[in-house]
Amino acid sequence: MATKQRSNSAALLRYLGVRLALVIPTALILVTLVFCPMRVIGDPISAKLGGELTPDELVRRREAAGYNRPILVQYFEYLGNVVRGDFGIASKDNRKILDVVLTNGAATVELVCWSLIIAFLVGIPLGRLAARYHDRLADVTIRFFAVLVYAAPVFFLGLVLKLIFGAHGLGVLPTSMRVSRTTELALADLGYDSHFMIVDALRSGQWAYISDVLRHAILPAVALGLMEAGIFIRLIRINLLETLRTDYVVAARARGVAERRVVSKHAFRNALIPVVTVMGMEIALMLCGAILTETTFEWPGLGYALSQYLLARDFVAVQGIVTAIALVVAVISFLIDVINALVDPRVRY
Amino acid sequence: MPTLKRALRMIPGVKLLGTTHGLQRLMLLIGSGIMFLFVLVAIFADSLAPYALAQRKYQGEFFGKQQPPSADHILGTTVEGYDVLSRVVYGARTALLVVVMAVAASIVIGVALGVISGYLGGWLDRILVLIMDAVYAFPSLLLAIVVAIVISGGSSSGFGGMMAASLSITVVFVPRYFRVVRNATLSAKSLPYVEAAKVGGARPGRIMFGHVLPNVSQSIPVLLTLNASEAILTLASLGFLGFGIEPTSAAEWGRDLSTATTSDLTNGIWWTSVYPGLAIVLVVTGVTLIGESLNDVLNPLLRTRGGATTADERELEETVLGGGQAELPDAVPAAVGAPAASAAVQVHDGDPGLDGPQGGAQ
Repeated sequence: MATKQRSNSAALLRYLGVRLALVIPTALILVTLVFCPMRVIGDPISAKLGGELTPDELVRRREAAGYNRPILVQYFEYLGNVVRGDFGIASKDNRKILDVVLTNGAATVELVCWSLIIAFLVGIPLGRLAARYHDRLADVTIRFFAVLVYAAPVFFLGLVLKLIFGAHGLGVLPTSMRVSRTTELALADLGYDSHFMIVDALRSGQWAYISDVLRHAILPAVALGLMEAGIFIRLIRINLLETLRTDYVVAARARGVAERRVVSKHAFRNALIPVVTVMGMEIALMLCGAILTETTFEWPGLGYALSQYLLARDFVAVQGIVTAIALVVAVISFLIDVINALVDPRVRY
Repeated sequence: MPTLKRALRMIPGVKLLGTTHGLQRLMLLIGSGIMFLFVLVAIFADSLAPYALAQRKYQGEFFGKQQPPSADHILGTTVEGYDVLSRVVYGARTALLVVVMAVAASIVIGVALGVISGYLGGWLDRILVLIMDAVYAFPSLLLAIVVAIVISGGSSSGFGGMMAASLSITVVFVPRYFRVVRNATLSAKSLPYVEAAKVGGARPGRIMFGHVLPNVSQSIPVLLTLNASEAILTLASLGFLGFGIEPTSAAEWGRDLSTATTSDLTNGIWWTSVYPGLAIVLVVTGVTLIGESLNDVLNPLLRTRGGATTADERELEETVLGGGQAELPDAVPAAVGAPAASAAVQVHDGDPGLDGPQGGAQ
């Protein structure tokens, strides 16, 4: 028993080691993937100001920024900068990209958390219901719902929500920004600036601020959360259905355990394991969804910043933000794999 | 009657329909109906749309901007003074063109690379897997944005714009076909028929594309339907973020939504955004319904009717589970041969590569 355990943990360590070693080439490829194609079109300065400056001025600016040097030199310089956390400076507003990533990133994290709450609240119960009443009316309805929320682009869903609840519809909920101006100023006056609005509001202890932050979060969270809920419903339904066919569940039924208990006690937890695995892949999808949601609701997160820089054709900023997001995704997918290996012994081959 | 039934079964998809029942059949029928309509609208856009693509005047008189729905303009007009209905109809053509180009290109590239990589192995395989896994892990929309910037510098007109959009989507989808086909090739490589071909003196190229490819390609149709719906969404998202095609050269639903969001929503004008949005929802729903029902049919674990399996179901089950005979009935477009079975099971919940980025790189 003891030797078996030792070999088990050795396998775990070995797996984690290999997985960690794979993060570096993956990150390197990602950074290269962003860097190379962006330089194929030429340097960012010609791309942005090509028609607006005289050729001489263009050359002078390019030299000042170092874009006339060999591409390999620039590449390694860029790699070095990225390692040091320097993603460049946005020419649109002279902000450091790292600052943009940190401040706006907090807003994105907050939005993703809110939306996950909605996704869990909607997705898990509906997925369970659909599996339990397989091929009956509940299942049919829930599946159509899941297909529909998947098929509705998140920006269209957001737009419809804005129309219904915004100033021209019911007029009950704010449709843009994370917080109203007065609350933001008040919180800043109190010296709270963690960039996580809800944390700041909770620290202030004022119900007015908390409710203001929550009210702003509802519509974006619902738009993004419903999209994620569609994925959860499908995942949980299909995994639960497969688990419900396994021998141990059949055995539990044969012993006369009530169906309700079979689903909740025997099958459900085991059906959740694959869901954790897939969560890793869905992180990337959620970030894409967050970009579109933020743009729709002017939620000042990474995606909103990205779309603003895209509109301004500020490709240095775009490159920096995309690189940063790619690195975050690489790290998160590593973490998810670690969780998987801990939860499910079959992963550590 | 039997001959008629037989003749009907020659039409691809009809046999598949016969293996479905109840809900699955309903989903397949609704999905196919929507797709049929979508393709019809795309092809006959010129005769269906009341006005031309970039038309703003009728008999020398401007339509007017942001006009509410009326007899002349059933769905109203946009902020740029276009007829909303015409834009929506022409949008179907853009979506169909882009999606067909993107999916076709990614299948050709992804499948070819997958077969080569899986069959030849070695360092080429390792490098390709590493690159594909990295691309696969990259948030797809960001990747599409990067490619769109490279190709078009952000904005483009006419056919060039459509090419740029479809190329951006192609880059996103190549790794998905690559992964599925490579894994299937790996398991097919050791099967007797490949050995036999080798002994018979066939060249690697012939073995790969003459012997292995037909046996690993059965999982592609399911993947294709899943990707097609995502491709439409990616195209719309690109348009929404400002990588649209010039409004005078093609109508694109995502771009029209984007203009509507910025200029119309604050005035409570809903008709410019709701209709293109509904068009997206309808088409993606259609494709997804087809994909879902295909998955159901091909995943034997999810079949409800025990005992009373029909002959069709048994036949399908044999082709799905009963080993990789080269003779798969071609009327079952999505039947999965044994080499591809593992790949097909991965597809079942809408994401082809659930084994995470490490999956291919052991």
